[in-house]
Amino acid sequence: MVFFSVDKLATICKDIRADILRMTEAAGSGHPGGSLSSVELMTVLYFNVLNHRPQELQWSERDRFILSKGHACPVVYAVMARSGYFPVEELLTLRKLGSRLQGHPNMKSLPGLESSSGSLGQGLSVANGLALAAKIDNRDYRVYCLMGDGELQEGQIWEAAMTAAHYKLDNVCALVDYNNLQIDGKVEDVKGIAPLKEKWLSFNWHVIEIDGHDLEQIEKAYAEAKLVKGKPSVIIARTIKGKGVSFMEDVAGWHGKAPNSEELKLALKEIYGQEGSTLEN
Amino acid sequence: MKMKPTRDGYGEGLLELGKTNPQVLVMDADLSKSTRTDWFMKEFPERFFDIGIAEQDMLGTAAGLALAGKIPFVTTYGVFVAGRAWDQIRTTIAYAELNVKIAGAHGGISVGPDGATHQALEEITLMRVLPNMTLVVPCDAVETKKATLALASLQGPAYLRFTREASPVFTSESDSFEIGKSITLKTGNDLTIIGCGPIVYEALMAAEELNKLGISARVINMHTIKPLDNGAIIQAALETGAIVTAEEHQVMGGLGGAVAETLVQNSPVPVEMIGIQDTFGESGTPEELAEKYGLTSKHIIEAARKVLKRKAAI
Repeated sequence: MVFFSVDKLATICKDIRADILRMTEAAGSGHPGGSLSSVELMTVLYFNVLNHRPQELQWSERDRFILSKGHACPVVYAVMARSGYFPVEELLTLRKLGSRLQGHPNMKSLPGLESSSGSLGQGLSVANGLALAAKIDNRDYRVYCLMGDGELQEGQIWEAAMTAAHYKLDNVCALVDYNNLQIDGKVEDVKGIAPLKEKWLSFNWHVIEIDGHDLEQIEKAYAEAKLVKGKPSVIIARTIKGKGVSFMEDVAGWHGKAPNSEELKLALKEIYGQEGSTLEN
Repeated sequence: MKMKPTRDGYGEGLLELGKTNPQVLVMDADLSKSTRTDWFMKEFPERFFDIGIAEQDMLGTAAGLALAGKIPFVTTYGVFVAGRAWDQIRTTIAYAELNVKIAGAHGGISVGPDGATHQALEEITLMRVLPNMTLVVPCDAVETKKATLALASLQGPAYLRFTREASPVFTSESDSFEIGKSITLKTGNDLTIIGCGPIVYEALMAAEELNKLGISARVINMHTIKPLDNGAIIQAALETGAIVTAEEHQVMGGLGGAVAETLVQNSPVPVEMIGIQDTFGESGTPEELAEKYGLTSKHIIEAARKVLKRKAAI
């Protein structure tokens, strides 16, 4: 496995952001906000953490990634394409008739996705099942699961939180994209989830709190989670919804709205500055 | 007549699978004694997982286990699995065609004194509307065991519905059982009674009584609701010209609805539907409830007479 430097990862993150914006612009719909907030988490995961073989999808020892907040599939499609699962050009088919890149992830249409999702609150249970199977069969793979913060309002998440702790699933690493925005406004205004760290601690999880846009902190967090024995880990990543595009940052309205072509141009300029787009790279 | 609850057939089927198929796991949500999964738990504790009172999480966890190649049999009462966890079944399991086996105990009004909250009357409707789903409603304990084994060999999501109360065991070990292929228990030319679940025995009793009156009733055990044996239904309509459906379930969207959908598109004939008529159940003994809600052989006979009148009026 090739490991990427933080500088290289930062460059890849720019491309992933550009991919998210280009694909949602081309689709005319989609969810850029929560995709942009989890770019660093997903980039580090797919490029430096997951033990996977994009050319051998059925490799049984691969680490698994479950996207619980299915609407953030643009970021997952982008990191998959950029890490070799399918051609980058295919990203522009997002949400179009006949595309493998469905508006919410469909594992049947896009090999390499580990589950289908879109109805919130269900992914952590699936991750637990995969992790439990690894325990039963004495296999070493790990299971990662990305959840939104608003998604934590779903009761099933907390059922799953109990299950993972009860069965001591230390091969589970949950990620919370804590951008504090959901469709109807600030999470704390809609229905508060704070104090989040204490909640997970009281459910007997190992909790790691980080700045979700700091690549070094993210790498350290994944490494720390790997060392934890006897309990599952959760990385609570403080993030900014719409991160990287000034007019999208911290605005709930960009949860499920695509940029138009003008907005895309502005956004790409912000992301790449004078370097210009490297989508074709 | 030997009496045995269909849930016992499920418990026995799991025990056999425990011995023959190492990939089979059993999950329950705090009802293992009642659903008979505790029989498996005692023999194969390392392959049994009580997820606690968390049905949605149980279905999701089962999905993950299936993704890793396991064959999880998730088990709890029908109300709590088909109803409460329907979205989990739909989006995470059926959409992805995952190999999860869902066992819904306590189907029907014969659950008795526990009352309406625990009497599952909607699972057939809720499950048959899902693409990729297989749905089996066996008629007695022997058939339930066969269905349990058959579903383990089938790739893809499936739902098995069974009941609480002891009911007649009227099929034998040697009878063939194939998912999707109905069984004609009695031949007849004047009308056809199509049933699923233990009420099929009432249909057979009704057919015997009708025979004494000179009416020849065919009886079909439609143990698989999905995929539905359309061929047998169309053939019955063409050959007998009148249908009575019988189920311990809402007729709306249930077996009655399913049979009617097939008939109106292929070979319309008069249909009468025995089953729950758009109402909730209530507390009572199974016998009292069967009488009150019209689920006995006597009611099937009345429906047969009615459908024959309609047939004659055509």
